Amino acid sequence: MKLAYWMHAGPAHIGTLRVASSFRNVHAIMHAPLGDDYFNVMRSMSERERDFTPVTASVADRHVSARGSQERVINNISRKDEEQCPDLIVSTPTCTSSILQEDLQNFVDRASVSSESDVTPADVNYHRVNELQAADRTLEQIVRHYLDRARKQGTLDRSVTDEPSANIIGISTLGFHNQHDCRESKRPLRDLGISVNQIIPEGGSLKYLKELPKAWFNIVPYREVGLMTAILLEKEYGMPYVSVTPMGISDTAESITQMEKLVNAWASVLSEEKVNYISYIENQTKFVSQAAWFSKSIDCQNLAGKEVVIFGDATHAASITKIPVREMGIRVSCSGTYCKHDTEWSNEQVQGLRDEVLITEDHTEVGDTIACIEPSAIFGTQMERHIGKRLDIPCGVISSPVHIQNSPLGHRPFLGYEGTNQIADPVYNSFNPGMEDHSLDVFGGHDTKEVSTKSLSTDRGLNWTPETQLELNKIPGFVRGRIKRNTEIFAKQNDITNITIDVMYAAKEKLSS
Amino acid sequence: MKTLETPTFECETGNHHTFCPISCVAWLHQKIEDSFFPVVGTKTRGYFLQNAPGVTILAEPRYATAESEEGDISAQLNDQKELKRICLQIKRDRNPSVIIWIGTRTTEIIKMDLEGIAPKLERQLGVPIIVARANGLDYAFTQGEDTVLAAMTHRCPEYDCDATNQEREDAIDGFEEWKDAPIGSEKFPSRGRKLNNHTLVPFGSLPSGVASQSNSESKRQSIHVSGWLPSQRYAELPALGEGVYVCGVNPFLSRTATTLMRRRKCQLIGAPFPIGPDGTRAWIEKICSVFNVKPDRPEERENHIRKNLKDYLVIVTGKSVFFMGDNLLEISIARSLIRCGMVVYEIGIPYMDKRYQAAELSLLQHTCKKMKTPMPRIVEKPDNYSQVQRMHEPKPDLAITGMAHANPLEARGIDTKWSVEFTFAQIHGSTNSRDVPELVTRPLRRNNDSISGWNGLSKQTVDI
Repeated sequence: MKLAYWMHAGPAHIGTLRVASSFRNVHAIMHAPLGDDYFNVMRSMSERERDFTPVTASVADRHVSARGSQERVINNISRKDEEQCPDLIVSTPTCTSSILQEDLQNFVDRASVSSESDVTPADVNYHRVNELQAADRTLEQIVRHYLDRARKQGTLDRSVTDEPSANIIGISTLGFHNQHDCRESKRPLRDLGISVNQIIPEGGSLKYLKELPKAWFNIVPYREVGLMTAILLEKEYGMPYVSVTPMGISDTAESITQMEKLVNAWASVLSEEKVNYISYIENQTKFVSQAAWFSKSIDCQNLAGKEVVIFGDATHAASITKIPVREMGIRVSCSGTYCKHDTEWSNEQVQGLRDEVLITEDHTEVGDTIACIEPSAIFGTQMERHIGKRLDIPCGVISSPVHIQNSPLGHRPFLGYEGTNQIADPVYNSFNPGMEDHSLDVFGGHDTKEVSTKSLSTDRGLNWTPETQLELNKIPGFVRGRIKRNTEIFAKQNDITNITIDVMYAAKEKLSS
Repeated sequence: MKTLETPTFECETGNHHTFCPISCVAWLHQKIEDSFFPVVGTKTRGYFLQNAPGVTILAEPRYATAESEEGDISAQLNDQKELKRICLQIKRDRNPSVIIWIGTRTTEIIKMDLEGIAPKLERQLGVPIIVARANGLDYAFTQGEDTVLAAMTHRCPEYDCDATNQEREDAIDGFEEWKDAPIGSEKFPSRGRKLNNHTLVPFGSLPSGVASQSNSESKRQSIHVSGWLPSQRYAELPALGEGVYVCGVNPFLSRTATTLMRRRKCQLIGAPFPIGPDGTRAWIEKICSVFNVKPDRPEERENHIRKNLKDYLVIVTGKSVFFMGDNLLEISIARSLIRCGMVVYEIGIPYMDKRYQAAELSLLQHTCKKMKTPMPRIVEKPDNYSQVQRMHEPKPDLAITGMAHANPLEARGIDTKWSVEFTFAQIHGSTNSRDVPELVTRPLRRNNDSISGWNGLSKQTVDI
């Protein structure tokens, strides 16, 4: 047992439901007690979904725990089949079905006898995987199921399209800016004459899954959802994939370069002309994306050397870590993720780009780390935004979990060249605009507020004399916390409890030498 | 009030959307200031709390999930040891006066003996531990509060008749002072010099402002309110016992009512609930009649309040409502809306206690007759899918529904009001009588503007 106030990744069934309800005409039935269908609320509210969420709870009440669910789940499946004729009904495991040890497979077998729809249980262990892993697994499971069937029925079309084409895998409902990213991912493909074969799961139709192998290659924008599917398609159908997240200028270029390689590989097989995307990348980088110019512009100079903390899911944390370091000259003091299952990859990605790594599912640990580092800005999830609020540090939200304000109506991709613009804005806006900093330095600051302890932990039992307090107030707000902390560290090291102006300057001298 | 026609109750499949009863911690931890609520359950529970009560989680709330892991489920870990460790952590970090364990469906299914472990740990830790089984197997949404309050009644001190009489003398002195204070145009009853010889404990968690309004309302009728269940602090729980009258302020408190009667020998005043001016009047009148007090010009007061609602009444009169049902406030709100001139097609309700709500039901019937509208059908354990089908034909002007259905219904041209708001808004008593029509008319008022032309915003081919 552990005491938890907040979790970054949801329980497994949320992942399954996200994938199931992203597909068109797929219905999910979860065997759960009253009130467990809050996924419908999340989707309807956070995504402002217009349509009824295709998720039904087969309500497990007291009778169910006494006698087993008996016919109830099966009846609910058949009923949904009649009412809405979905292509597929996914029976979703919840902690209830896992604790009751109900045999979902058995329900499914019996229900599929009478229903027109396909019925399948999501093959997910509730206790061992989180939302993201479950989503990844469920998507792979559905794709595998329909490809295997097509193969058995001999309806699988193994030929590839004449023109270069790609599948985009992993766009799903309740994914961070997924809708915008999807639109943006299509743009370079269109520009480069690569057609989009299919996009799954969002808006995808099961009928067409068997045509997935017709594409030349797959694109997996996010590590969390879709990678398993891409690996399956590579193993069994020889489809290569690009798994570099096109986030930031360099990674977008890298992802397009990899596409170029894959297109050329097929082109040589089909004896077509080879393509060259270099001029496209160059043009986009220099003139379509503003980010390269922005990092050159004098505005960005002021950001040099500033410290930030980054925390989020594996994909976003890693990509966003690369952007400030490589493209803006900002120092990343700490970069971390809650995707514990992907620790190795995350470490590898941000190798050499950050001072500290933080891999944890515990939000208090993240909060403490931020309080200790006192960065100029945070890029994290909704939770880190609130930590930032408390510590008076600006925060840009770059990853799930998010609230409704992170489902913007306007086009706000994180991927591709437009994405680089969209990332540069919040990064820049999170810091104090350059001139404001500058004038604060020159005029000793106009911030006459009391010094607040920028720390989540308890005070340190040190006494600042009134004159020193005044002196401290003259220091510009954005560095004041750090100077205060450094002085206190110095005082502690030297067994000083009374901090006078002399101590403060001694500390400054010590640290600058 | 005589029963005119027996209302028809229907019961459907129960496949409906509502909040999990553990959501009660979101408002109870704010009400009981020195409490801490560990919810003993799986990740599903924690994620719900994080997503449903929304932002409160980020203000370091006094609730958390004691998250069961695989080892807990398979009993590789010892429940008592695990709970002790967690409670010690809570005691160290937050030092609450009471720890309230919220049992969930998980603890039910694996039969974790919370009731058995609690007294042992209570002795070891020196902090009272209350166990409430607010699980989704047995209860819906607001019924969570019911389980907590029912468990809490056992912790209330014993009522001592003699000691309380002295207290009452003091209260009368206080009353004299208070009496002279100018409160609007209201005059106080001249015979209210002596408070009646009875003790009233209203039960139900209301924001403290609303509770004190109700207190002064009762005082106006010279009825002595000796305390509330729950109180602002755990140490201030009211004394209960023979001779204490109790009265519910919310329709979902049937378990608490039963416990108060059976276990604490209190006398229950079965009254309609003080929601809407009509409900408030009926509530006061019923209490007065039990205490043998002549109520202070109730009709005049009700009419006065209703006059204040005129602007809203113009909007709602003649409009139709459909309650999908999720928080058990449905009967009372429907009744107050019918009194405002609305037509109610259907009242969905997760659970209907016909005994506890008897007075409310009969007021509903009475109101229907008075307003000359047909009695709405009452559907227990509704089936949301069938309800949406039923809604399709008569197209109500307003659907009162959970958040899962609100946006989809709006996209199909049916105005909605989320039922959850009624749970969190201040809707009790005469001072708050504008709040229900305010909530109800919000979508209707909005409709007068330009957006009304944009209907049918869903492309879904399957009809509702």
